[in-house]
Amino acid sequence: MREIQLPVSDEIVRSLKVGDAVALTGVMVTGRDAVHKWLSETFIKRTRPPQGDDLTVYEALKPLLNGGVIYHCGPVVAGLATKEYRFVAAGPTTSIREEGYQGDVMRHFNLRGVIGKGGMGGKTLKACQEVPGMYLHAIGGAASYIAQTVKRVLGVYKLEFGVPEAIWVIEVKEFPVVVTMDAHGGSLHAEVDQKSKSALQNLLTL
Amino acid sequence: MLDLKEPVLELVRLTSTDLPPDVEMSLRAAVEQEEAGSAARSALETILKNVELSRAQSTPICQDTGTPIFYVYHPEGMSTRKLRQLITEAVVEATRKSYLRPNSVNALTDKNTGNNLGDEHFPVIHFEEVEGDILTIELMLKGGGCENVGAQYSLPNNELGAGRDLAGVRKVVLDAVQKAQGQGCAPGILGVSIGGDRGSGYAASKEVLFRKMDEASSDPSLAAMEQRLTQESNQLGIGPMGFGGKTTVLSTKMVGMHRLPASFFVTVSYMCWAYRRRKMIVQGDQVRYE
Ligand code: SF4
Repeated sequence: MREIQLPVSDEIVRSLKVGDAVALTGVMVTGRDAVHKWLSETFIKRTRPPQGDDLTVYEALKPLLNGGVIYHCGPVVAGLATKEYRFVAAGPTTSIREEGYQGDVMRHFNLRGVIGKGGMGGKTLKACQEVPGMYLHAIGGAASYIAQTVKRVLGVYKLEFGVPEAIWVIEVKEFPVVVTMDAHGGSLHAEVDQKSKSALQNLLTL
Repeated sequence: MLDLKEPVLELVRLTSTDLPPDVEMSLRAAVEQEEAGSAARSALETILKNVELSRAQSTPICQDTGTPIFYVYHPEGMSTRKLRQLITEAVVEATRKSYLRPNSVNALTDKNTGNNLGDEHFPVIHFEEVEGDILTIELMLKGGGCENVGAQYSLPNNELGAGRDLAGVRKVVLDAVQKAQGQGCAPGILGVSIGGDRGSGYAASKEVLFRKMDEASSDPSLAAMEQRLTQESNQLGIGPMGFGGKTTVLSTKMVGMHRLPASFFVTVSYMCWAYRRRKMIVQGDQVRYE
């Protein structure tokens, strides 16, 4: 398992290939459906004017996302009443729902990594080649185990989106992932999909 | 009568944090199937570490604690209104204690209610009166990732060459598994109903998931098909998390229903490896859990 410190450099991203197991250490943010929609509409496509604390949050996110990673995760968080937040369960959520937004978000913020589960499609793969970036697959459902790698919750934005949809800023130590889409156009998901399709064709003729 | 508030809360805690032994055993057997050093094997190893940790710490196995689906089998004369109240109170308390994530979102306003209550379908509670004096409450937590890859087919399906018979059923189920890839957090468990209407088909495909891992259908032809579908799904090479590998499906559960002459539905509910289902049995002032 290769240990990687966040944020990551171009060289490190380019040196990683599909199938590599990686342990991440540093600061990352969570963001899923509501966050991607909000980022895209307010700051990238600009179909909606910034409201409330939108601009402040945007400025705070920029340095965190520059060279950093976003984690598709809707955690279970303890300490909501006292604001002494602690991640209790924090596995990945299905990433493909962000396919329409992810590539643009990566380019806009110079985001080098996306963590989630299930992989993403052609648009994100293209952005991985350009930025450069990579898709990092966490183990779906391994929520308690991953929560243990979250050492501290540094803050939270957009809590009005709901606990699972908010932007949590977290410090992690040896967060385990597998590179399944790399900066060279490789995608384990496309490969497994193709192979399983031809295996299915064979079974259908039986 | 015994105050059931704490016992129902315990049912929710147990379901969310302690994977049933039959599922864990099946995952342990699966590890041995995968090659040393492969991403598939390390995924399963991480899953098992997570299962142990969740149990020891009493924290959710998965952060998506799903739709809570309750089946209540109650003796004659018990108030289902009071039972419903008891269950909803336990759900709210379990959310407060972080055994459940706030998971109930108004589909029109996008507002999360914050306490896992919603309309009359959230949480899902089914009631059935039974003979005798035993109250049984079963709970399943069905996560969203695997729910999203469930599928319903109307046979015949020409694209897949699937006719209105068991051979056709086999084809569409394999298609559903291929389409799901790793998205439902493979390795999964398949709940398959044959017949019914669109609504009852989905309900039945979930009910079969309350069976034990090694419990086969009582119909020999379905029991054989269950085995075959598990084996053939594993030939697709999707593997744990869709990383490629030998373990894609751990078990298949099938049930035959009645249908209209004009309809032939095959419904597949995909359950992720975090197969959380538990049972609470109350007799007199004794409560036990399975
Ligand atoms: S599919 Fe299951 S294991 Fe995966 S994230 Fe959803 S609930 Fe958790």
